[in-house]
Amino acid sequence: MHWASWSEFWAMGGYGFYVWGSYGALLLLMLVEIILLVRGHKQTLTRIRRMKNWEQE
Amino acid sequence: MSFSIYKYASPMTFYGLAGKMIPWFSWGAAILAGLGLYIAFFMAPTDFQQGEAYRVIFIHVPAAWMSMFIYMVMAFWSAVGLAWNTRLSFMMSRALAPTGALFAFLSLWTGAMWGKPMWGAWWVWDARLTSSLVLFFLYVGIIALWSAIDDRRRGDKAGALLILVGAINVPIIYFSVKWWNTLHQGASVSLMQAPSMAAIMLMGMLVMAIAAWFYSIAVAMVRVRGIILERERQTEWVKELLEKN
Amino acid sequence: MKSRNKKLLAIGLAVVGLAIVAALVLNAFRNNLVFFFTPSQVAKGEAPKDRAFRIGGLVEKGTMKRSADGMTVTFIVTDTALTMPVSYSVKEYGPLPDLFKEGKGMVAEGKLGADGTFQATQVLAKHDENYMPPEAASAIAQAQKAQTLVK
Repeated sequence: MHWASWSEFWAMGGYGFYVWGSYGALLLLMLVEIILLVRGHKQTLTRIRRMKNWEQE
Repeated sequence: MSFSIYKYASPMTFYGLAGKMIPWFSWGAAILAGLGLYIAFFMAPTDFQQGEAYRVIFIHVPAAWMSMFIYMVMAFWSAVGLAWNTRLSFMMSRALAPTGALFAFLSLWTGAMWGKPMWGAWWVWDARLTSSLVLFFLYVGIIALWSAIDDRRRGDKAGALLILVGAINVPIIYFSVKWWNTLHQGASVSLMQAPSMAAIMLMGMLVMAIAAWFYSIAVAMVRVRGIILERERQTEWVKELLEKN
Repeated sequence: MKSRNKKLLAIGLAVVGLAIVAALVLNAFRNNLVFFFTPSQVAKGEAPKDRAFRIGGLVEKGTMKRSADGMTVTFIVTDTALTMPVSYSVKEYGPLPDLFKEGKGMVAEGKLGADGTFQATQVLAKHDENYMPPEAASAIAQAQKAQTLVK
């Protein structure tokens, strides 16, 4: 392993801001996409159920 | 053979198939991303000219590839949808677009975060960067077009046309570094010649690229299931399905 | 009425979107598709004379000099056929990028002075598509050196 310590790992040879700024944006946007997706799917299900109940009444 | 194609082309069977695929591709994406990140940060050595800053490549290149590949898949489904009027094709396009836009944005963002320390500029208007920005705008424009048109069939057709017209941009992005003088360097990996990267670096990048594929498939499958339910809500099978759960 | 408004909005959005794309593409064609000119192209008169343009090439080895106060950097850029001297003020336009080195690629924006020196206002480093560990790079360099000795 070529990192002597964790602080060296986070520093990324002085490019920490750029490297972690890239990986951080990726992680953040993917989490947002997954959360929106799961929530959206549940909302779709409840919406369709509600419509169906309306039609039956 | 043709029987099975027709079978899976029906939204009902595809809904079930997609449901089975989601856990496999989700777990696959998670495991591959873990492995890829391990290679990227703990196995791949420092680069001889860029030092540690080059490690952005492990997400920049997969994101850029994915943004172009998803667009081509959308163009394929649009052509199929316009030619044969298959319901599922347009649904696939709609399910893929947000993820394509996400990767297009990430390729621009990570490129800026890489360009600043290495080139000395966040952004330059060279052919590669400009055509990549156009790709992102195309995704945003396609999604805006869909949401602006209430009539689903018209929306599908208008979106498919825009996707097909915009597809010309993808080869322009790919060959821009060959056709014109650009600040962006040429391709490190291509079909025609041996990659100009150390093997372990290449390995990390490819593993991350496959992880991005798996992620995109999983996410698109979840999204297409939602679209199928919404569009087929009047059918018997959706009613039965909702009663069961 | 409502759907008509929506339709108008959709058409409007599409037109605006296409206009933005077209403007970007045209802008790129006008002066940026040729992102930089090589010294040979400048010698042939292909570069614009009255406005700023970019020049690209390799920084010739052993030509990079800093002025006594360290505020101006001069070097010679080459496309391996022709060369051109470049002058860049670190004081006015900021430090050089990390990858800027002798023997490596660079792109500079500025104007050609009357004395034939390119007065740069921005210097960008252009790196190649090779990625490898430092040990591999030095091994390749040594192999190349050995080969030139044999010749």
